Order: sequence, then structure tokens, then C-alpha cells
Amino acid sequence: MSTIALPQSEPAVPTGPARKGLTTWQRWGLVLLAPYAAVFVVFVVYPVVYGLWLARHPQSYVNLVNDPIFFGSVVNTLIFLIVAINLKMAVALALSGFFVRTNAWIRWLSVLFILPWAVPSIPTILSLRFMLNPEWGIVNQTIFKLTGADGPNWLNDRWLALSMAMAVHVWKSLPFWTMILIAGRLSIPAEHYEAAGVDGARTLQKFRYITWPALRGLYLTSLILSMIWTLGDFNSVYLLTGGGPADLTHVLATLGIRYLRLDQVDLSMATIVCALPLVLPLVYFMMKRLSK
Amino acid sequence: MTARKALQEARLILIGIPVALWTLVPIYHMFLFALSSKDDAFSGRLWPAHPTLNNFRIVFEEKHYFLNHFWTQLGNSLVIAIAVGVITLAIAAAAAFAISRLKARGGRLLMNCALFTYFIPAAFLAVPMYKAMGVYGILNTQWALILAMITLASPYAIWVLKQASDKLPFELDEAARIDGASPLQLFRLVYVPLMVPSLVAIGTYALLLAWNEYLYAFLLLSNDKDITLAVALGHFLSADDSPWEILMATGLVYALPPAAIYYVFRRYMVSGLTAGAVKA
Repeated sequence: MSTIALPQSEPAVPTGPARKGLTTWQRWGLVLLAPYAAVFVVFVVYPVVYGLWLARHPQSYVNLVNDPIFFGSVVNTLIFLIVAINLKMAVALALSGFFVRTNAWIRWLSVLFILPWAVPSIPTILSLRFMLNPEWGIVNQTIFKLTGADGPNWLNDRWLALSMAMAVHVWKSLPFWTMILIAGRLSIPAEHYEAAGVDGARTLQKFRYITWPALRGLYLTSLILSMIWTLGDFNSVYLLTGGGPADLTHVLATLGIRYLRLDQVDLSMATIVCALPLVLPLVYFMMKRLSK
Repeated sequence: MTARKALQEARLILIGIPVALWTLVPIYHMFLFALSSKDDAFSGRLWPAHPTLNNFRIVFEEKHYFLNHFWTQLGNSLVIAIAVGVITLAIAAAAAFAISRLKARGGRLLMNCALFTYFIPAAFLAVPMYKAMGVYGILNTQWALILAMITLASPYAIWVLKQASDKLPFELDEAARIDGASPLQLFRLVYVPLMVPSLVAIGTYALLLAWNEYLYAFLLLSNDKDITLAVALGHFLSADDSPWEILMATGLVYALPPAAIYYVFRRYMVSGLTAGAVKA
């Protein structure tokens, strides 16, 4: 019985609930899928359905829109996504070209360059937070020593603090995306560049006609994926500014958690539902790309 | 020709120096604080006048209000990370084997479910997950965090392991079947030995994910003796006059194991974790 060939395709005719018809192999297939299926149902499906049910009251959305913090958070989130992610990916693309060089010192630098991604966020973001402390932080003390002038109060101004949070995000995740794009660049056959070199192509031309066409798909995938994940980036904002000053630097992720901490679960879920029009198209796009 | 080469090298160095500074300064700052007394730390010097290991002594002897349960919390982080690594590995390897090698019914559907979970922003799933853990009655227990982290880690684990499984030659499976192997024997004797590099990468990935997690840990755990070191570090922020030099020493102790693990398994990690991405 167990010698029936495995890679048979699914029967064209629906077989119906023919449980008896399952071979040992098929049964084992279901058994081995079961643990993840259980995790998915219990810890994804049920929470999501329950959460949406909690967010069913129209009044929650009225309260949410009336909360002045909400609108600011939406703006901050969009700025974060559009500015920080595009900046990060463009820098990652450029740096991947730097790190594929074979000089020994660049190899060593690439090992160190991974550090922000390899170490946990909490201690490093807190370290950055103190660096930016207006009185005692090393940044402003250095500015004072060099110029005699007081540095800005980095985390006490909405736009400055938001920029710093974006910088922290870039600092933390740049190595990962650079690594992905390095892998992409390394999969381009070297002969293409050699041939172009023989034809007298300049660096920019090589990039435009060889590197970019090969990397475009990967770059776009990375950009979308990074946007989705950044929507869920709680640490960069929360650990650096805590949403302050005066709740002006919240993004949707920290706002949702803020409501949860204030025991306003309906508002918390409503915030997340409001982010769905942003998330779902991106998720749909990614699913289509990756589940091929 | 050599002049041109030197110019090229100089240009590369001009890129390299800012990259190195950008990468290392926040981490160096953490070291600096960990080795400084409070006065030195707040002096704005680039190297402490009197470097000291006293902060680490305070941490290891639990001699500060914020660190009363340091060793317990370090242990919690470790136990939770190992549990998440091992269980995720088991669940994901089983699923990837069933989807890729056994072509189990519903495998494709489950793969899509996993991908969908992978794409939900983590902070958004945190709120419903928190409520659900309350319903299940395991809120404020370490199982809540372990199960939540397994949920977050398995989708990517399944995805990567499935990609790697698809590359193994199917003739092996057929040969094993003809020899009369059962599915479990195929899994144990053929599949797992061939998948070791990917399994190491995924186990490490799940372990590090759990060790590094802050948001879920701080939502799902509250008792001082149950929390992980990540949450304990966050507690330092609750005081206005936090002992930052001690915080940074604790942070360094917390950051070293994952960095070390990462570098030990770097070869596996880079190839294992970027393989799926490049294909996309």
C-alpha cells in the first residue's frame, strides 16, 4: 500500500469526504499539518475574529476620530512609511553595491555592519535615547564642546523627535535589507558586468542596464514587505519618545497599544481596523508575489 | 593606473568611515556607559575618566531596586527563547515536510495561512492576541508569551523550510518508499539529516526572535518574577532619575548572547534567511 507513487497530482474529480480512501501517507500528511493548523486557528483566527467583534461599535470610530491624537498619528504613520522606508531602501541599495566589493576591510566592515540588526532593540534604542538627552546626552555635549552653542532638544519637538524615531528605525533595519539586496546582487552573473566593461560601459550605465533590471523585482518586494513590517514597528517610537512630547509622535502601532494600556480596548481595535485599508492591499500584493 | 586605484580606494574609505560611525556609535555608547560611574557617564566624555566594572557587579549581585530579580529574569528569557526555538522548529519542520514532501491535502491552503500571518504587522496582532490570552486564561503566564512567539515565528519558519525542502531531490523519497520506509522513517532518516543547515538557521531565528521580543513580553507578562529581561529593561524608563549606567550594563549583558549566537551561526543565517527572499 505504501508504495503508491507520492507525487501524484490531485484527482481532477472532487473526491468528497472520502476519509476511508486516505492512504497512510496522506493521513500522516494531515497529522503533520495539524500542529500548525491548531496554532493558526487558536492564536490567529480566533483572536482576529474576536478583535473585529470588539471593534464593531460605530461609536468607537466616532470617539477615535474625535481624539486629536488620532489624526496626528495617521499623519506620522504615513510620513514614517513614505519617507523612512524609501530612504532606507535607497540607502540599502547603494550600500549593497559598496559591500559586494572584495576588499578585505570592506568584508570586515560588513561583519560589524550587521550588529544593529543582530542585537536586541531595547538596549540600543535606549542608548540612542540617552545620547539625545538635551542636557547630559553625548550629542549635545559634543555640540557644545565644538561650537559653544546648545544643541536642540531632540526629543521635545514633534518633527525632530519623529525624525529621530525614523533614524532609529533605519539604524535598526538597514543591515537586514542591505543583506537581502547584497544576496540579490550576488546572484547577477559576473559575465554581464565583464561584457559591459569590454563594451566600455560606465558605472552608472552598468547600474542602469544590468543591476537595476535584475534587482527591480526584489527591490519592490522588499519595499512593500518593509512597509508592512514598519506599520507594526512599535519599538522605534515607543522606546525612543514614548509617543511624546504630548502624544505628538505616536504612530498607529503605538497608539493602539496606548489605548490598550488605558483599558480602552474598543478604541485600540478601532485604530487597528482603521489601518487595515493600508495593510490589506500590501498584504494582498505580497501574497500574490510569494505564494506562486 | 595605480593613482586611479588609490583614488578609488579613497572614495570607498570616504563611504566606509560614515557607515562605520553610524553603525557603531550607539553600540559604543552603550559600552561607554556600562564602564562608567554615574558622574563619568553624565560628563559627555568619549572615554570614562575612571573606567570601572562596578556596574556589572551591581547587576550580577542584584544590588539595585530595578534588578532585584535579575538572575530569575535572565533565566526566564533563556527558558522562553529555548522553548520557542524548539517548539517552532518541531511545528514548522512537520508542516514543511507535509506540504513539500508528502503533498498533504490542504498543504497549500495552510501555507497561505502562514504567509498571511507573516504579513500581519506584529503590533496589530498584539492587541487581539492579548485579549484572546485573557479568554484562554493564560494571561500573565509564561505560556502565553511562548505560544504567542511560536505563532509569530512559525510562518516564516514554514516558508523557509518549505523552500529548502522543495530543493531536495524527490528520487530520495521514492527510493525510501520502495525500500518500505514509513512516512516517519522518511522524515527522521532522510529528511531531517538533509535539512540540518536550514533547521539550524530556523531554530536560531525563532530563538533570537523570542529573546529579543519586547512588546508581546511586556503585554503578556506582568509579575516581576515572570517577566523577561527585555521587560525589566523597559521598567528602568518608569523612573525619572533612572540609573542609566546600570541600565546600559544590564542591556549589554542582555545583548551579548544573541549577538554571539548570531555570529556563530552567521553562515547558516545569511544563506538560510535570504534564500527565500531572493527567489521572490
